[in-house]
Amino acid sequence: MSETTILTDIFRWLPFVLWGFALNILMSILAIMLGTAAGVFLGFGQISHVRLIGRISRLATQLFRNAPWLVLLFYCIFLMPYSFTVSGVTYNVPSWLRATLGFSVPVAANFSEIVRGAIGSIPKGQWEAAEVLGYTRTVTLFRIILPQCVTRMLPPWMNLYALLITATPLASIVGVDEALARTQAAVQSEVQPGFLIPMYLTLLTMFFLYAYPISRVSAALERRFQTV
Amino acid sequence: MRSATQDGALVSLRGVRKAFGSIEVLRGVDLNVAKGQVVAIIGPSGSGKSTILRTINGLTPVDHGVITVGDITVTDPRVDKVALRHRVGMVFQQYNLFPHKTVLENVAMAPIQVLGEPRRQVEERAKDLLAGMRLPEKALSYPGELSGGQQQRVAIARALCMQPEVILFDEVTAALDPEMVKEVLSAVRKVAEDGMTCILVTHEMRFAREAANRIYFTDKGVIVEQGEPKAFFENPRDPRTIEFLDKVL
Amino acid sequence: MLEVFRQFALDLKASGINLTILYDAFDFERFVSGLMTTCALIVICTLFSILIGGAGAAVLALSRGPAAMLVRAYVALIRNTPLLVQMYFFYFAVGSLMPVGQNAIGLPVPMIGNFTWAVIALSLYAGAFNIETFRSGLGAVHNSYEEAALALGYSRFKAFRYVVVPLGLRFSFASLANNLVDLTKSTTVAYAIGVAELLYVSNQIWSDSLNTFEMMNVMLAIYLLLTGIVVWIIGRVQAAMSLPGFGAN
Repeated sequence: MSETTILTDIFRWLPFVLWGFALNILMSILAIMLGTAAGVFLGFGQISHVRLIGRISRLATQLFRNAPWLVLLFYCIFLMPYSFTVSGVTYNVPSWLRATLGFSVPVAANFSEIVRGAIGSIPKGQWEAAEVLGYTRTVTLFRIILPQCVTRMLPPWMNLYALLITATPLASIVGVDEALARTQAAVQSEVQPGFLIPMYLTLLTMFFLYAYPISRVSAALERRFQTV
Repeated sequence: MRSATQDGALVSLRGVRKAFGSIEVLRGVDLNVAKGQVVAIIGPSGSGKSTILRTINGLTPVDHGVITVGDITVTDPRVDKVALRHRVGMVFQQYNLFPHKTVLENVAMAPIQVLGEPRRQVEERAKDLLAGMRLPEKALSYPGELSGGQQQRVAIARALCMQPEVILFDEVTAALDPEMVKEVLSAVRKVAEDGMTCILVTHEMRFAREAANRIYFTDKGVIVEQGEPKAFFENPRDPRTIEFLDKVL
Repeated sequence: MLEVFRQFALDLKASGINLTILYDAFDFERFVSGLMTTCALIVICTLFSILIGGAGAAVLALSRGPAAMLVRAYVALIRNTPLLVQMYFFYFAVGSLMPVGQNAIGLPVPMIGNFTWAVIALSLYAGAFNIETFRSGLGAVHNSYEEAALALGYSRFKAFRYVVVPLGLRFSFASLANNLVDLTKSTTVAYAIGVAELLYVSNQIWSDSLNTFEMMNVMLAIYLLLTGIVVWIIGRVQAAMSLPGFGAN
């Protein structure tokens, strides 16, 4: 068997795998949106002066940051309902959606830490200056502290996204038909032995081409904001 | 209402004690500042002088004692903090300007957002104050574009814009390069000469001597000696005062 | 197994919480062996990944040519591709190229088993992140220390070894702790290539006994414990190595 037939075989399977990759991207985008939103609340909760809220938020953040992503995925897949009924209509929750929710949890916990870290990196003097001018704590947080935090949170947030996209293939283990699952399917149906390595290399390249530019932009942004 | 307490003091501290953990920083401080007075608090580091300042506007709560500013009792747990912060302004050693707002916004935002005053009026007032600080052309610049001395003068304008009755100055020249100290001290002098009640913590002895009506010397959490500048610097009585002045003059 | 635990577990079962690992000897044994496998992965891969990280960071710091480029390419590749795909690549793709030996009864036995591939994949993965960690730790050491060493006659390599590295190490601890926690969590990915680590055996147990919820919670608790131990160990090492008055740690 020659080089060209392997290459043509790869090209034959490429659209199939690429559509699977589109699912990886979809899962990652949904999960980053959900996780960021939840993470903001958790992050604020961590710095709250209300003891109960602070305790619960910190506990939740620690719990979900230190749990393996795969375990959280299993948790969501097994313990989430397969369908739910609203006003007589039954909706099925597809496995990719359940996996997406499973990914949102560690994303939220990680972003909660990013938020907490960014707020903590603002000098205490800013809080004091606002306080002596009569601003309440909440108003100070939103008008004075947070606007300064946004640039600090951007690079780690992008890093988190890069981490997330490289975690999405874990969904194949719980039955989601994404890029890795499709690559495995392709490999299993092609009998010729020389197909295995090039096919996996193709998959690795796909992820690399998507994630690497994001990492570069994140690093460039970090350098740019360094002077602030 | 701008009334004074019974012995004519605008700001009054009685028996104030404060400990941070096991370290007693203030061990019974009594202080009276009359309206229009310029008071300088000097002393070695760790003597509690900055802490005294921070208790007056409620930044640091006290363990014992009573503090009043006009008819507001700062040590009352139900004190109206916004009214207190309107009455008492503060300028910090690290200026603490908000980096994401322009100079004009820094000066004008609190009266507009906290006190609810009309924007037009406040911005006019802010521009006048910046002119008084000799920085009218910097109104639309950002703090990061200004020198330390300029930033500190903006911070003074910001405190003035709230139209307080008394301003606290916490070692406002300590973080500045020497060539900028003079311009900031001139600004403080101007504020004092315009009739504002000022309480300064400083180690600029010459300034304290020239600008203040009264000097307080603190050591280890108590006020050791006080007096008119001339008498204080020429004839200190307490041995601790003498020792300190020996080192710094 | 202690009779006390057994009775406690049976009581729990009666009230709805089914922890077979506590009262069933077979489940207990396989659970413990899964835990041991996970711990073995953590320990072995920590060692290798730290070695890789140190070697890679040294190359980046000391050389500028092709070696440094190779290291950068390696780091970029590992960090921007999924660990799971890397593991499959090693186990299935590279593994298919390995020679196949024979065991005692003549059955084919792969040269490199799945546990070994998991160690290789995880060590390379964590190693890449450690290279970045140590690189920025070394970078945080101020130039003036290296310059002082050079002025004393140390060669670049000696200055690196005796001055920059000891100091840079102290800056790396926080990030290193992060990486090792990630490594601890990533051991679960070995499940996908059939390594009998904690997740794998827990899955077996809950498939047999249908106590999915209980086993999930036990797993979560154990991973919390493991990551807590990792963080604690790093904290102790950091404390033992800390230099009074140095650095922001």
